Amino acid sequence: MSDALQQAAHQALLDLADHISAKQPDAVSSHTVTHGELTVEVSPSAIVDFVDFLKSDATCRFSSLVDITGVDYPGEERRFVVVYHFLSMYQNQRIRVKAAIREEEIIPSIVSVYPAANWFEREVFDMYGVLFSGHPDLRRILTDYGFRGYPLRKDFPTTGYTEVRYDEVQKRVVYEPVNLTQEYRQFDFMSPWEGAEYILPGDDKAEEKA
Amino acid sequence: MMDGTNFDDALTGEQKIRNFNINFGPQHPAAHGVLRLVLELDGEIVERCDPHIGLLHRGTEKLMESRTYLQNLPYFDRLDYVAPMNQEHAWCLAIEKLTGVEVPRRGSLIRVLYCEIGRILNHILNVTTQAMDVGALTPPLWGFEEREKLMCFYERACGARLHAAYFRPGGVHQDLPDDLLDDIEEWAHFFPKVMDDIDGLLTENRIFKQRNVDIAIVTEEEVTDWGFSGVMARGSGLAWDLRRAQPYECYSEFDFDIPIGKSGDCYDRYLVRMQEMRESLKIILQAIAKLRECPGDVLARGKITPPKRSDMKTSMESLIHHFKLYTEGFHVPAGEVYAAVEAPKGEFGVYLVADGTNKPYRSKIRAPGFLHLQAMDHVAKGHQLADVAAIIGTMDVVFGEIDR
Repeated sequence: MSDALQQAAHQALLDLADHISAKQPDAVSSHTVTHGELTVEVSPSAIVDFVDFLKSDATCRFSSLVDITGVDYPGEERRFVVVYHFLSMYQNQRIRVKAAIREEEIIPSIVSVYPAANWFEREVFDMYGVLFSGHPDLRRILTDYGFRGYPLRKDFPTTGYTEVRYDEVQKRVVYEPVNLTQEYRQFDFMSPWEGAEYILPGDDKAEEKA
Repeated sequence: MMDGTNFDDALTGEQKIRNFNINFGPQHPAAHGVLRLVLELDGEIVERCDPHIGLLHRGTEKLMESRTYLQNLPYFDRLDYVAPMNQEHAWCLAIEKLTGVEVPRRGSLIRVLYCEIGRILNHILNVTTQAMDVGALTPPLWGFEEREKLMCFYERACGARLHAAYFRPGGVHQDLPDDLLDDIEEWAHFFPKVMDDIDGLLTENRIFKQRNVDIAIVTEEEVTDWGFSGVMARGSGLAWDLRRAQPYECYSEFDFDIPIGKSGDCYDRYLVRMQEMRESLKIILQAIAKLRECPGDVLARGKITPPKRSDMKTSMESLIHHFKLYTEGFHVPAGEVYAAVEAPKGEFGVYLVADGTNKPYRSKIRAPGFLHLQAMDHVAKGHQLADVAAIIGTMDVVFGEIDR
């Protein structure tokens, strides 16, 4: 894309952002345009009214829900960010809506506005344990029947806690705690020029220095 | 009460009718993979349809968080394994968007060429297995011969028939061998004949039409409500194609049409797929012509791509670069992007959150089939049990991408 076109697209997104924040001042807390994409941060409690506005407003007309997902930031007070992507096939534009919530907080479901949100919200619940109020059928979706834990949280180990195998004696599939024959390899790629701290196992003097 | 509404007293327990629940799958030949449907039937009419997915869930998104950007690329082949390179494309586009790398023109053209080969691979499989689901056996036998040839083109470009790992951030892995373009061109001139054959078998076939016309009609409103994309949207008359609406790569310079359907039923979607293959052939021929005039490098040489083999023999820096690239991997600047491509099944997107290290902080894969299958309950309601197989076929579901 040429520079002039890119500039025009950038400006169009800024205009759209201004329009949205002018119409929904209570919901929108901030907006940015990066890499040619518009991101709007909203308060979780206002999400339903906000997406309803996105769908019905003539300038926005975000007819399709593209995606809902979560991102986990364990260090933050508002740990989970629920990220919505919308697409307008009529105005040919996209928007990303983000709502940050605390770990125990419940976010309203948008299934009443976009029926397609159903499975996406189930997936976010399945993967992060985020609860959606007003969801018609909040079951797990991708993980095994009877699965425990929320796999995409950063504190969930990639190996999981259980493993399955077919037991020849019992003639059925059995669940067992994970047994790794080799230690799980997680490499540290921190470069010495970026302030890596080398910790030697069993080095008693290390703490004295600090 | 003798008002003619309650006949319960006249029926024995055996005669009382209740709805019947059946379990469709997970090992059913018409389920296109490991799909389990819990169907509630009233006679032969589907009252409720509850898809149970996740039987092929491999935790791709979790795995990706502990691997480098380059190591993550082959996971995309394993999503929609019917058209692998189209998925890789989305991942490469996301990384290129964040790092700001420009793909050289030849690399870009090769990508377009192979994306369209992928589209034909997918549509052959879908159209012919759709025919098989409704009772025909010859189309898959004829169609799969052509898929075999296309997979040979895959193999000759990258060494693998299926799990290609050919598109790389910054271009494609290797240049095409000299005679490959000639062979693809020869095939592209021959393939319309095969399509005419399949056309002759199916398009005016009485049984095929009886099983597909007016089945699973999707309106424009349903398309937007349920987030349909690709052929599911175009079959209902929405001329929405990302290659045209939000052009990526160099699609804007190609001349092709976007076929749309009228009534939004299974038959129209079949016709759209057939026509799309012919449009893809047009793009393939144009891409070949452009590639012949455009020699040059296929990778943007820089931090995120390996150095040339010849440089590594003489330059210490190149050797270090090569070693670092394949051990530590490249770093992607912090930020978030959503990159989408028009995969054969619809809009395939990647939402990538980078934190400046060599691994993605979060990468969400948005598969078109996930939304299509979600609407199964809505679409299948009121249809016959036998139509369920036709509906699964027309939705073009592949569990690699739905379950991730």
